[in-house]
Amino acid sequence: MSGAVISANNLSLTFETNDGPVHALKDVSLNIEKGDFVSFIGPSGCGKTTFLRCMADLEQPTGGTITVNGVSAAEARMARAYGYVFQAAGLYPWRTIGGNIRLPLEIMGYSKSEQAERAARVMELVELSGFEKKFPWQLSGGMQQRASIARALAFDADILLMDEPFGALDEIVRDHLNEQLLRLWARTEKTIAFVTHSIPEAVYLSTKIVVMSPRPGRITDVIDSPLPRERPLEIRETPAFLEIAHRVREGLRAGTET
Amino acid sequence: MKSIVPVLTIVGAIFVIWYAAAVWLNADWAYDKATRSGEELTFTTLVADTWAQKKPKLPAPHQVSAELWDTVAMKSITSKRSLVYHTWITFSATALGFMLGTLLGTLLAIGIVFNRTMDMSVMPWVIASQTIPILAIAPMIIVVLNAVGISGLLPKAMISMYLSFFPVVVGMVKGLRSPEQMQLDQMRTWHASSSQTIWKLRLPASMPFFFTSLKIAMAASLVGAIVGELPTGAVAGLGARLLAGSYYGQTIQIWSALIMAAALAAVLVGIIGLIQRITLKRMGMAQ
Repeated sequence: MSGAVISANNLSLTFETNDGPVHALKDVSLNIEKGDFVSFIGPSGCGKTTFLRCMADLEQPTGGTITVNGVSAAEARMARAYGYVFQAAGLYPWRTIGGNIRLPLEIMGYSKSEQAERAARVMELVELSGFEKKFPWQLSGGMQQRASIARALAFDADILLMDEPFGALDEIVRDHLNEQLLRLWARTEKTIAFVTHSIPEAVYLSTKIVVMSPRPGRITDVIDSPLPRERPLEIRETPAFLEIAHRVREGLRAGTET
Repeated sequence: MKSIVPVLTIVGAIFVIWYAAAVWLNADWAYDKATRSGEELTFTTLVADTWAQKKPKLPAPHQVSAELWDTVAMKSITSKRSLVYHTWITFSATALGFMLGTLLGTLLAIGIVFNRTMDMSVMPWVIASQTIPILAIAPMIIVVLNAVGISGLLPKAMISMYLSFFPVVVGMVKGLRSPEQMQLDQMRTWHASSSQTIWKLRLPASMPFFFTSLKIAMAASLVGAIVGELPTGAVAGLGARLLAGSYYGQTIQIWSALIMAAALAAVLVGIIGLIQRITLKRMGMAQ
């Protein structure tokens, strides 16, 4: 409890709709420790994105508590405690890649020289050096998403919240970005919360896999991965990997049957 | 270059129709004259007459061209008989009205997007303002402004503004609201202030909408300036030329003023199009 970076306690969120209340989250409790890579997996409507948005103070829970870095989600957001990566890259078409990455830095009032220095550093981190002056439409979808990750990293928040960042990309690009993301995580020692639809992606990336199910949105299983932190792509063929994937699949099936 | 043939075909067709219509519409007067003088009209003399009348119902293109040449090129541009002089008068009211309208429209749009009370209260009035015939309200604007001691260019510009702020409001409201929810959420995650959201996201995102609005606003401004010259006893400007022409049955003068107005509109809208292309290109939004 004490070392938790993100801590949710009986968190609930109910949307009032014309068809009655929708329980997007119900009594969700979870601790994310520093340096964890936590994946949230589950079918549509299980509340995984809503949970992530609660951590980011983009959604207001209707019950329970959530703390980020020991303070409320709102205070954490105002302290710029996290970088958020959305499903779409959301780069501004009127800014170059460099300009897009500098955008949060401009907003946060960094000096020009510091902006340039940080932009160069994160672009190197996501292997986009040399593309600073290109416009988003000149880049492929995978490169755009890497730029959006660089943008989320630029202001050195310790937490990275990622909402299906690779969901719209094809599998080959996705594999490549997954590898890159792991390297990046190892280098930066960030705490990452990662929403995904893909079982292999969740198992490959995570130190902890949170399986969720819908109606009401809840956690059905939390799996601590025994895989080592150093993970080549081939690890996905190993029995240990397949065993975790199997357990995730079982958890998903159990969640939808009830 | 591929489009030159179709374009010339259309222009040619317009001239053919125009000349034919001139014969048809001016024939009555030609027959009248012939009956009175006891002449017999052959087809050739009929056509020749309908294309060369002093006060035709529809002047032929070459008559309008001759008048345009005479009043544009042959007169000193400071002369009251120069069409360039009158065009300048109308242009200055158009330009001032356009700038005022763009400013007013942009400010109203920002108010409407960021203030729910303004959204609810101002928008209906903006729409209502455009349902009033401009010809009805133009004299009122002139009278009211005269009563408070404002005369000359500004009253006409106000009428231009009255017509041109509307497309800017509508376009800018749509443009400022064009960023997706995700982009607004993104701003929120960075704890951006609302002025930063305007300057860095909403305004740049609205630029394509802005320029489209400006083109419509410019055309509306010109109409406003001409209408402003009609009921007010203005002595100069394209509107005054139109009015004087209709008083004295000078159809050739009316048509040359109309063509001048159309040319002015085309040039002004073209300039905005050019600025749009350059701006969007520099912003990286034109691919």
